[in-house]
Amino acid sequence: MAEIIRTATRDAYGKALVELGGLDPNLLVLDADLAAATKTGMFKKAYPERFIDCGIAEGNMIGVAAGLAASGFTVFCSSFAMFAAGRAFEQIRNSLGYTHLNVKIGATHAGVSVGEDGASHQCCEDIGLMRTIPGMTILNPADDVEARLAVLAAAKHDGPVYLRFGRLAVPRVFDETYCFEIGKGVYLNEGTDVTIIASGLLVERAIAAVELLKAEGISAALINMATIKPLDREIVLDAARKTGCIVTAEEHNVIGGLGSAVAEAVAEALPVPVLRVGVQDTFGRSGPALELLELYGLTASNIAENAKRAIALKKSLI
Amino acid sequence: MDNVCKQRLAIEAVKIRQGIIESTYHAKSGHPGGSLSIAELLSYLYFQEMNVDPADPKKTDRDRFVLSKGHAAPALYAALANRGFFPVEDLKTLRKTDSYLQGHPNMNYVPGVDMSTGSLGQGVSAAVGFALASKRQNDLFRVYTVLGDGELEEGEVWEAAMFAAAKKLDTLTVFVDNNNLQIDGTVEEVNSPYPIPEKFAAFGFRVIVIDGHDFDQLEVAIEQAKQTKGCPTAVIMETIKGKGISYMENQVNWHGAAPKEEQYRIAMDELDAQLKALQA
Repeated sequence: MAEIIRTATRDAYGKALVELGGLDPNLLVLDADLAAATKTGMFKKAYPERFIDCGIAEGNMIGVAAGLAASGFTVFCSSFAMFAAGRAFEQIRNSLGYTHLNVKIGATHAGVSVGEDGASHQCCEDIGLMRTIPGMTILNPADDVEARLAVLAAAKHDGPVYLRFGRLAVPRVFDETYCFEIGKGVYLNEGTDVTIIASGLLVERAIAAVELLKAEGISAALINMATIKPLDREIVLDAARKTGCIVTAEEHNVIGGLGSAVAEAVAEALPVPVLRVGVQDTFGRSGPALELLELYGLTASNIAENAKRAIALKKSLI
Repeated sequence: MDNVCKQRLAIEAVKIRQGIIESTYHAKSGHPGGSLSIAELLSYLYFQEMNVDPADPKKTDRDRFVLSKGHAAPALYAALANRGFFPVEDLKTLRKTDSYLQGHPNMNYVPGVDMSTGSLGQGVSAAVGFALASKRQNDLFRVYTVLGDGELEEGEVWEAAMFAAAKKLDTLTVFVDNNNLQIDGTVEEVNSPYPIPEKFAAFGFRVIVIDGHDFDQLEVAIEQAKQTKGCPTAVIMETIKGKGISYMENQVNWHGAAPKEEQYRIAMDELDAQLKALQA
């Protein structure tokens, strides 16, 4: 058996920025004093003259990015998800969203898997915040392969993009044949009883959940939904039609994230049970990342349990 | 500055004020007070100083203007319209549902608007971004932004100021419209930003204090800013909120209220008289 490659998506982000820097001389990368952690430091090392440290002032960084983008530069800017989407929400809304400027926000350290730093740094609200901004594109890659492709796609995309990366090293899910397209969900497994729709760090755990269910004779489909917005409604409704119930899985508050997006799409077009695995409207806490993922139920076994509940709910409604 | 030039700019300032009154009257809302206080500045920038072209509003080497105090949109619109970016007649559509003239400026709707603003503190950051872009292109253009004195209470202003000085953005000139009034009262009563010159100096700016209604002083300040190397310039303009309309001057209630019909007539008569006096 081949050794499993484990990489944090933030590392893939840093590498992809360096790759992009060689392709696009107009690319500028901004950070707010977290270059070592967000991995924009890799770009800084490769292209120091195109790296701009804005210091600990995230709101201003977004505004500076707006001015640069309005002057024709392609701009990536980074901080932790908490301080990018959270602290600078209104700057993103007004200076990037309303203007529809070409700025890509590389937000790292999203979710409870930040670990020991605790709740103040564990942003589980960022997708909810970003989803409410008209014209915002939200990408939440599952592994290093998808993270790289998401960064390259974001650079080509017209308008603001919010990219969500994690701190924790996660196993590689995709091989080099994987095709990434903004706005498209991808079936990783076909099934008939239930569909699991997962994104980010939960994709690997959803794959394991499919195996757990299979061992119990349950056929679960699995969709990787790397683009949270615009949501691939077609694939969601296809899943609702084919399996009649859905479980979502994400490292985010169940309010406002992937689960909400899927539930909204389903409720409006093809109502079937949707159960949401995620952080259950609570703050995180300090602890090792893997322990916290267990504590908050972001596990294969919890996804499998919810799948069985969804199937039971579906049957009770027939 | 010679008298011919001064007279020409004074006439443009009156026309900007006419546009402010006309547009806010028809909109039945808007912010005339803080628009009237920057009429001379916009007259000087758009009719004397800035490299802009109404026929090519997006040309890459144009000087940039960011109205960080975005609520003064009526003044910016009047200046742009009179400069030829769009029909003056359109000023009457301000704030109407089918108009491109939003209550606060939108860069994607209005020719000549370089940045969407309205949320205080954000425009200056974008102006700093423009200045950084200029620096990266061999000082291709100059960047001007105007902040309200109340706006200085926003923390982002000082984030932007710190950054601009740290990065030595000498193509940037920040104007402060120090008319001393904000919505809830005088700036001292609400949350004093004073002393303003000392604050900008401490943040690493060259600071120039002028009468913001005096074209000679505007010219000197802007020329000094253009000569300044290695740091941005802050021009603190002492101004009169509501300037040019007798009953609006220094009255805080005209921050965000439009003239009613009788008030509109009085205002337009006063401006008409000012124009006639200048043209005489």
